[in-house]
Amino acid sequence: MPTEWTVRAISRAMLPVLLVLTLVELGSGLVLGSFESKLLRYPSLLVLVPVTIGTAGNLGSILAARLSTSFHLGTLSFSPADDELAGNAIATFALAVTMFPVIGFGAWVLAALVSGGATLAAQTVILVALTSGTILAVLAVAVTLTATYAAYQFGLDPDDVVIPVVTNVCDVLGVVVLFGVVQVLV
Amino acid sequence: MTVRDVAVEAYREALPALSASLVGGLVAGVVLGGMRAELRAVPGLLVLVPALLATRGNVYGSLGARVATALHQGLIEPRVTAGDDRLQAAAAAALANGVLTSTFAAVAAFFLLTLLGSKVAPLPILVGVAIVAGLLSGIVLTAVVVTVVFAGYRRGRNPDTLVGPIVTTTGDVFGILFLLIAVRTVLAIAGVF
Repeated sequence: MPTEWTVRAISRAMLPVLLVLTLVELGSGLVLGSFESKLLRYPSLLVLVPVTIGTAGNLGSILAARLSTSFHLGTLSFSPADDELAGNAIATFALAVTMFPVIGFGAWVLAALVSGGATLAAQTVILVALTSGTILAVLAVAVTLTATYAAYQFGLDPDDVVIPVVTNVCDVLGVVVLFGVVQVLV
Repeated sequence: MTVRDVAVEAYREALPALSASLVGGLVAGVVLGGMRAELRAVPGLLVLVPALLATRGNVYGSLGARVATALHQGLIEPRVTAGDDRLQAAAAAALANGVLTSTFAAVAAFFLLTLLGSKVAPLPILVGVAIVAGLLSGIVLTAVVVTVVFAGYRRGRNPDTLVGPIVTTTGDVFGILFLLIAVRTVLAIAGVF
């Protein structure tokens, strides 16, 4: 049933979800806080933060939207041999591998031009972005498939549940993966 | 369709929206990179950043999706000047939910950091920043989302495909920009007292 268009009805439908998602996002905030000194020292890494979170969330939400449409059209089956599934997973991976080097280079150039502070080598920032992006693509596919499959098992409409869950989980993973990669590479 | 066809189609369809949000994300990143002094001055602010950005996406993405569905169903006119009651209620609800959730994020972050024994700015500062940032970005995002979805719909575009990229791109940029303005405002006011 669609929500009635009043402030009360909309808030009642949305606020509980928003508050839970906020707690989840604070988890990623704490991870971010744990390497704050490194982020503040190297602005190019700080520039990477919103774009990495955003792109990870977008990769997940686009995949989720496509899978839930295929699911509604009845063209999706949960088998590794499914063309729809495999094709979308490959596209997600390909998007990550083409977007993230651009993100890394963009972050390095912008930080060098605008932000000042200590600079990392361009190839380091690009490598951090590409490594994070590749790991995130694999995780985005796994999370989206799990969430879509769970929604299907519980008889929920994937449009309602999967997209917010996937977007926010991928946001959090974006920060966690960036943290891990920075610990190893910088 | 073969796996290859599916992959090529999915790649082509996603690339423009992702590129737009990439540009938005980088602009947001530059503003965040320029905020290092404020981040140092307000410990705990960086912890809030993902929650505040996600709230913008969740609240105004949902508003956009709601408006898009209503346009498809013919429930509302694609004109801001029509002054539709339902549209006003949806916008007011989005604004209220956005500010409430941001405030909740600030309070929860304060207690979490205090519990963990980390350095954290006073509660009124964090809450003040969250409210000012939530209010300002909410007003601008409501205007942008409604205007662009209406304009796109009148030009025969599917509003469903417009909402995602608009919200992620403008949400990141305005989310961080108004966060910066909010921190500076709150620090200036706190400095007076």
